[in-house]
Amino acid sequence: MNDEPINVEASPKRRRFLEIFLGSGVLASLASFLYPVLRYIIPPKTIELTADNVLAAHVGDLKPNTGKIFRFGSRPALLVLTSDGKYHAMSAICTHLGCTVEYRSDLHDVWCACHGGLYAVDGRNISGPPPRPLESYDVVLKGEEIYVRRPGNA
Amino acid sequence: MLEQAERADGSTRGRRRAGRVGARYLFFLSILILVVPGLGAQTRNSCLDCHSKLDPPLGVTTEEFSGNIHAQKGFNCTICHGGDPSSDDMERAMSKDAGFKGHIERAQIPSLCAKCHSDAAYMRGFDPLLRTDQFSEYQTSMHGKLLAKGDTHVAVCTDCHTMHNIRPPNDPQSSVNPVNVAQTCAHCHANVDYMKPYKIPTNQFALYSTSVHHQALAVQGDLSAPTCSTCHGSHGASPPGVASVQNICSTCHVFQAQFFNSGPHKDVFSAMGLPGCITCHSNHGIQHPTDAMIGTGQGAVCTNCHTEGDAGYTAAGTMHAQLVKLDDAIHRSGEILSGAEKAGMEVGEAKLALAEAQDNLTKARVTIHSVRPEAVDQEIKAGLKVTDNTWQEGLSAMAELKYRREGLLVSIAAIVLVLIALGLFIRRMESGQTGVSKESRQ
Amino acid sequence: MDIANGLRKWLDDRFGWHEIRAFIEHKTVPLHRYSYWYFLGGMTLFLFVVQVLTGILLLLYYRPSANEAYESVQYIMTQVRFGWLIRSIHSWSANLMVFTAVAHMFSVFFLKSYRKPRELTWLSGMILLFLVLGFGFSGYLLPWNTLSVFATKVGTDIPGQIPVVGKWILVFLRGGEDVTGATLTRFFGFHVAVLPGIATLMIGLHLLLVQRFGMSVPPNVEEEWKTKPPEQREMRFFPNFLLRELMAWYVALAVLGGLAALKPWELGTKADLFASAPPGIRPEWYFMFMFQTLKLLPSKIGFIDGELLGVLCFGGAFLVWTLLPFFDPGRPGRLQRLITGIGVFALAYVAVMTVYAYVAT
Repeated sequence: MNDEPINVEASPKRRRFLEIFLGSGVLASLASFLYPVLRYIIPPKTIELTADNVLAAHVGDLKPNTGKIFRFGSRPALLVLTSDGKYHAMSAICTHLGCTVEYRSDLHDVWCACHGGLYAVDGRNISGPPPRPLESYDVVLKGEEIYVRRPGNA
Repeated sequence: MLEQAERADGSTRGRRRAGRVGARYLFFLSILILVVPGLGAQTRNSCLDCHSKLDPPLGVTTEEFSGNIHAQKGFNCTICHGGDPSSDDMERAMSKDAGFKGHIERAQIPSLCAKCHSDAAYMRGFDPLLRTDQFSEYQTSMHGKLLAKGDTHVAVCTDCHTMHNIRPPNDPQSSVNPVNVAQTCAHCHANVDYMKPYKIPTNQFALYSTSVHHQALAVQGDLSAPTCSTCHGSHGASPPGVASVQNICSTCHVFQAQFFNSGPHKDVFSAMGLPGCITCHSNHGIQHPTDAMIGTGQGAVCTNCHTEGDAGYTAAGTMHAQLVKLDDAIHRSGEILSGAEKAGMEVGEAKLALAEAQDNLTKARVTIHSVRPEAVDQEIKAGLKVTDNTWQEGLSAMAELKYRREGLLVSIAAIVLVLIALGLFIRRMESGQTGVSKESRQ
Repeated sequence: MDIANGLRKWLDDRFGWHEIRAFIEHKTVPLHRYSYWYFLGGMTLFLFVVQVLTGILLLLYYRPSANEAYESVQYIMTQVRFGWLIRSIHSWSANLMVFTAVAHMFSVFFLKSYRKPRELTWLSGMILLFLVLGFGFSGYLLPWNTLSVFATKVGTDIPGQIPVVGKWILVFLRGGEDVTGATLTRFFGFHVAVLPGIATLMIGLHLLLVQRFGMSVPPNVEEEWKTKPPEQREMRFFPNFLLRELMAWYVALAVLGGLAALKPWELGTKADLFASAPPGIRPEWYFMFMFQTLKLLPSKIGFIDGELLGVLCFGGAFLVWTLLPFFDPGRPGRLQRLITGIGVFALAYVAVMTVYAYVAT
């Protein structure tokens, strides 16, 4: 059944060339498949997904009675340090028409520049157009790092 | 039981007596059956029995009656009209003895309503938090003042609240529900013939209907948006004085008012007797402001007072340029990011950052009320910083796209090489494998 | 070459290498005008291997919880080097695999390769097809975007309509009454453990049976060869046919790479379970013909709910289709022509309904 192939056609040089050609082609294609895979399995610099547990700031970043906007998941959020030394975190998207709120040191409340909506630092809507409170987040201190996460998350 | 049965001796006297007792018993029983349920459910209302079948103006439908707040609290027609609702006899029901007042004169209506509604102690028994100063407010209003002078054309309580279909304001069907208020006022105020003697404009409702406030309230259902009564008052309705316009607008538009107060326009406007915010934004037909409103070009309000060469003219031009600059930067970034996204690049983070720049632009558009370019500049600078970043992100996204496509080309080139090589290899191999490899007998 | 010989001897002493080698070298592929269809099976297997490899890579970064799934896919697409490539290849290859699996099935049907003695091959193949659809359905949910969550909701509603067992099936699939994070966890388990396990066994069985019985030749070609023996041609599987398959696989790789780079798979928006369903929710294209049929059925047919009747009819149709080899008489005649006709109708129905579904929206 298995006859030896009689290669009368190709000269040794041509045969060699083709084999090299094929071999290098296969190697090149394999390399172009393997390279992305190797780069892929090396973990990127930003290890953590900015999903539910976010490093919002470090102790000392905020002075008492000030606030800071930071990214939480795919949305802006607000971290406030009140004069009594407590941290509060909440969604920064106003429940009226979606503008980004800010902390007003003079009012000691969270305020929306668009139509003057006012919220307490626990997120409750106090006055103005906002129909609902701001979603409140949990603040966890790990040494010098201030983490913010969704309530009820372990 | 009631049949007169004959005794054996033919006498029926005892039976008759028993029959009479039985009849009386049955009579009271039927009264109980017919009346008690009526008593338990609702007091007998002979007024409604007849008037629900009549046409207007004497007609009152049962839906109107049962839906309105007074009926729900257990009152009936007599609280305003007097009379005897228990009697079916028209004469008795509408007799003077029964206190029937009949049609109430328009001029009497406010004081009639006030008999209960201004009595705080009485009203506390029904709705403790309901205000009881409506009548005193009314007397300070334009309507109340004219009514006191004898003009019965003006609005009285029933014109706004309706006569018989009175519902609380939070009821969507109420004529004084915020969403319906403008329509209610327009009944008179948009009626050119009706308003002829008063020589005031009648286009307010038409203008308001084109306004951004109407859009927010009636179309988008945002109940925090103003309607006629928000600015003019409800019971004490009057046009606000020129001096107080700004105070009213600033109830919601706080930031704009603060900036306005910090700038040169505040004193100038009051000295000139200009009505604050309305000077530029108008009162009823308030449109969504555009960047074109500020500056010196087409559609600008600044040039109403300012002319080329004066400080205000220059400032207006500067502020306009600032706004346009940031707006353009945001658009440019938006375009490059959309382009990258359409081509499949992930730019969600950059788009989010761009929203922050949009916030800066919104704030800048508020700071222009100070008419000070330096104040505007703060926000503009912050916004431009963001757009610089997002523009860079857009550029790097496009660069990454280019890199990917080049990488793909390299891979495909390698693959095509392999395909060609394989093809040749197979051809050569099979031309060598004569007889056996390609064709074989099984 | 000594190393090669030494290796061969080592294997031979333990595993009978020379027998395996003889078998491989004996295997031939019939050559006739339908031979190109023989590529489809291998292509499906190749794409399955691509799925396993890219799937394992995705597993290194994916997080199967409702709070993190979307973000982890976003992370893969934006932060991980070549993450976009791996993910897009995985999504595209899934669709291509469904296509080649269905094409392979129809080609086997029309070339009548399911006839005796290959009935179990067909049966295992049909099970594999259902597994592939299951892979597609379970995998579709994993990115946890709006489209996938609502498509899953609609998709799991349908078996829920089956009388008696429907409710139980629905709760089993969803991990509860509604589509929630529990559904995601469950689908993830199906997608990376349960289905791969069963699929591996089935593929093993399927390939074993194919080797056992060799490649089938269509009836008309068989006839031709019987009458004219010289016409019969065979090609050696190794290396000739295999090299050709390798070429086809390379082409597939090029197509996948091109699709990933030029038409990347979109991320969508994160699912909000409390929002109402966006308009135009629909399943993936390979379910569209059923989706469209159910949409067209009237709400009541006689006394039966229209959609339920549709679901039961499809179930019955799939069952009949799966058991078809046992109906085929194995020789030409009216019954066989009827079966071919049913196949033509089925293919036409699926194709027309799929196209119609897209044109109609």
